[in-house]
Amino acid sequence: MKYYDKLIFELSVPGRVGYSLPKNRFDKYSIDNLDKNLKRESELELPSVGELDAVRHYTNLSQMNFGVDTGFYPLGSCTMKYNPKINEEICSMPQFAALHPLQPAECAQGALEIYYNLAKSLAAISGLSEFTLNPFAGAHGELTGLMIMRQYHILRGDTKRTKVIVPDSAHGTNPASAAVAGLEIVEVKSTPGGTVSIEDLKPLLDDSIAGIMMTNPNTLGIFESEIPQIAQLVHAAGGLLYYDGANLNPMLGKCRPGDMGFDIMHINLHKSFSTPHGGGGPGCGPVGVRAGLEELLPAPHVRKDNNGKFHIESTDDSFGSISQYFGNFGVMLRAYTYILSLGKENIKYVGPLSVLNANYVKESLKDCYELPIEGVCKHEFVFDGLKDKSTGVTTLDVAKRLLDYGYHAPTIYFPLLFHQAIMIEPTETESKETLDAFINVMRLVAKEASENPEMVKSAPHNTPITRVDDLKAAKQPILKYRDF
Amino acid sequence: MAKVIEGLFYSESHEWVKIEDGIATVGISDFAQKELGDVVYVDMPEIGATVTKGSEFGAVESVKAASDLYSPVSGTVLQVNQDLTDSPELLNQDPYTNWIIRLENVDNADLAGLMDAATYQNKFN
Amino acid sequence: MYKYFPHTAANIQEMLAVVGSDTLDQLYCDVPEHIIYNKEYNLNEQMSEQEIRNYFNALAEKNQKLCCFAGAGAYDHYTPSVISYLTNRSEFQTAYTPYQPEISQGTLRYIFEFQSMICNLTGMDVANASMYDGATATAEAVMMMVASAKGGAKKVLVSATLNPLARRVVDTYAKFHGIELQTIKEQDGATSLQDMECLLAQGGVAGVILQQPNIYGIIEDYSGFADRIHNAKALLAMNVNPSALAVIKTPAELGADIVCGDGQSLGIPLTFGGPYVGFMACRKDLVRKMPGRIVGATTDTEGRRAFVLTLQAREQHIRRNKATSNICSNQSLMALWVTIYLSIMGKEGLKEVNDLSYCGAHYLFDSLMATGKFSKLFDKPFLNEFAVDYKGDAAKLQKFMIDNGILAGVRLKDIKADAGDSTLLFAVTEQRTKEEIDNFVGLINKAAL
Repeated sequence: MKYYDKLIFELSVPGRVGYSLPKNRFDKYSIDNLDKNLKRESELELPSVGELDAVRHYTNLSQMNFGVDTGFYPLGSCTMKYNPKINEEICSMPQFAALHPLQPAECAQGALEIYYNLAKSLAAISGLSEFTLNPFAGAHGELTGLMIMRQYHILRGDTKRTKVIVPDSAHGTNPASAAVAGLEIVEVKSTPGGTVSIEDLKPLLDDSIAGIMMTNPNTLGIFESEIPQIAQLVHAAGGLLYYDGANLNPMLGKCRPGDMGFDIMHINLHKSFSTPHGGGGPGCGPVGVRAGLEELLPAPHVRKDNNGKFHIESTDDSFGSISQYFGNFGVMLRAYTYILSLGKENIKYVGPLSVLNANYVKESLKDCYELPIEGVCKHEFVFDGLKDKSTGVTTLDVAKRLLDYGYHAPTIYFPLLFHQAIMIEPTETESKETLDAFINVMRLVAKEASENPEMVKSAPHNTPITRVDDLKAAKQPILKYRDF
Repeated sequence: MAKVIEGLFYSESHEWVKIEDGIATVGISDFAQKELGDVVYVDMPEIGATVTKGSEFGAVESVKAASDLYSPVSGTVLQVNQDLTDSPELLNQDPYTNWIIRLENVDNADLAGLMDAATYQNKFN
Repeated sequence: MYKYFPHTAANIQEMLAVVGSDTLDQLYCDVPEHIIYNKEYNLNEQMSEQEIRNYFNALAEKNQKLCCFAGAGAYDHYTPSVISYLTNRSEFQTAYTPYQPEISQGTLRYIFEFQSMICNLTGMDVANASMYDGATATAEAVMMMVASAKGGAKKVLVSATLNPLARRVVDTYAKFHGIELQTIKEQDGATSLQDMECLLAQGGVAGVILQQPNIYGIIEDYSGFADRIHNAKALLAMNVNPSALAVIKTPAELGADIVCGDGQSLGIPLTFGGPYVGFMACRKDLVRKMPGRIVGATTDTEGRRAFVLTLQAREQHIRRNKATSNICSNQSLMALWVTIYLSIMGKEGLKEVNDLSYCGAHYLFDSLMATGKFSKLFDKPFLNEFAVDYKGDAAKLQKFMIDNGILAGVRLKDIKADAGDSTLLFAVTEQRTKEEIDNFVGLINKAAL
């Protein structure tokens, strides 16, 4: 990677163009006829660049970026698996790109069939009854799921259920989504073993509880073995169980959230189902429900009739809509391609191989890094910093030093249960050779931390830029080109 | 070691208050500013707003953290410290000189349940 | 084994030995046996790439390719060829959120460019790194106005001329978030200033949502609206078509405090509704109430210009349930799409797109009127979209047009409950040629009423 400092505005030369449009053949018409009172007054300051200027600029920018295709990306809770290229090919088929979302159902049967089939596939994989694919992302799926939860209680006239239980180890989006959905958060503590404490849970289960949000395995990578019992308790108290599908990958092929007792869940297609993260999106966060809750799903809803025709519907019990159209259809095309590619005979290895990779890395490093919770992990695990606490080298420093060696950093300082958390998730698409090389570098960094702590603390040294001044960015915000 | 000033009253959420001539001056403790790190922004209420003891009246932000401010006493906002708008770092430099809000219509009885300097200091020993 | 799993049988044995397990199954010893899934999923058998291609080609054939005269929030604009070429670069595509600025300057810089361009288009001070879509951005604007309201106002007024597809999302968020919505009546296809004043006078209003151009394609004259809203101590949020802002008054010029909308009109293909990109911009003093990611400029330890995610104390990973929103991602790659589009088109190109669309739409309008089969609904200025009444059966006409390969607009009643049975909403972009419009009008002449 090399440092490149331009912004597109700095390449602009008045009079230069990068576009071509057809000649205006509508004589006697002109936008100049628009009432002056309605016209823009201020100057438009978009760049004037040639096509090659733009191509070189964005190519140069891309070369300051690190992706899964660049190298190993052990980012915990993010499931940075390989993004297959056939997915991209299918997603860019021009026949799909040209479809208007309000095109009548009878002339969009192919698109609706894809939506329907993907939803059915996800239902089979998760052990639930029906899915909506409309939510745009994981957090959006959480919000959708919580709205379903509230709608369930509202329709039963049980309006006092306004609280949702969230473990203290939960992803930060859980409490934030609950707040947007108008629910109050009740936190349940983790045991020293990292799982939800049944003893702490029991007294919380009164008639003000709408349900509980859990991810299983949890954010420590530990399977909540008492989940059948938790499900029984929550259901007995009249609540529903929401499964945060951010950690679904290790369950693929081995265990279905529906069988664990969950009523509602979301899936991050950009995690378990291999669609690219795109530097932060677009994602897709389908939401599934168990039998009996299907009518609560948001509109529009895709249904199939007895003649095999697909329809766009909305039900009376639906809680509403959470997207202008059908969600991120392009992302669905990629995920469906992935499921078709793997088929039932391969998808069952996704979970076990991801778990094997995580345990292999954990066992190979636990003599240099502090492993707070022993035992078998699932797809990810958490270290609490370096074993050698005398060096003054923090988790942040370790993360930054890894960048020098051509790795993306793991997730750091999350979960909040450990002060120096380093959360590693290798995913099933990484080979033993890749993991061995990473293990060697992690060991090397631990050694460097003891022998030359100052060098690690000032890392990275080989990246396009060094550490940035966060404080300056927050205190004197420069948020657009004009602010310079 | 976090500094504690005699003559102020402290809350569990690390705000301090001093009542003089029926006017309460409220700020955050040295411990609170150290925990937060470099303060980049202070969110303050409107003048004239009513705050009640224990309720939120604003927030303090650093780069990687944010902390809500809870009023140690009830009252009406008389003044907010405008210096903090441009120089939030004043809270790091001296959190006791650089108060955040001043309240009128306060009741001395609200000081009940707050800690004096010695009790607050003991929390850190 | 399989192309996406690099493990050989020997690898698995070596790794299991290190882990201290005999089998892969043993790695699940902590999962109660009765919830282990021992069956095969009810899914297809694996498909080769050739089979995948054939499968999707067959499905693609089941969609009808239509010449598009529909809009209602999604427009068939031209996409320059370089965009997909550049956005498909895997360094952009396979990266995560730019949490490590040292190896994410590519993503951070294009987001900064995106924010700069959205600010310039809208005239606002700050913009975020993007939202999911225009409808959710509007719902977030509603929540942001309530969160910013001093004195606990929890009511938001929404113009009847807001796209009903966005409105139903706003309704959903508001219902669960405890926000009361009131509709400002429309009069002659535009927001009634008088009705808005009445509703404002009742007090407790945190903000107002207006759309430009509105659901009928009309460019509303919003002069005087902002003053009245601000006098009532409320905020004005505008949902706008960003492409149109190259030629029509900016929300800032109209006094808006918050601006939201969908960036689809900036060269994003229709793709059956997504992925598109929502956006949000606001006045500087409201930035701490703004949802979503924001990128800022700073320097690195060597003093070089660098970019980083900033003002993060607003966000869910720090504030949890007190965050401004639960959004924790954006539509980053689509923001890149729009950024490259605006770079390639530049200000001249974007104006030309609007001119071509304007001319095509007005030519279609006049031609339809000349057939004698349509009547005017409103006498208001429009840009690239307009609503008219068909004198026959609108549903039948649409069916006839589909049989002839044309998507003859949107039947307004399908999305707006109070619209007339025969009201059709037509949109024309620069992609519609004069020949296509003439062909369309020719078919109208042939269609039975």
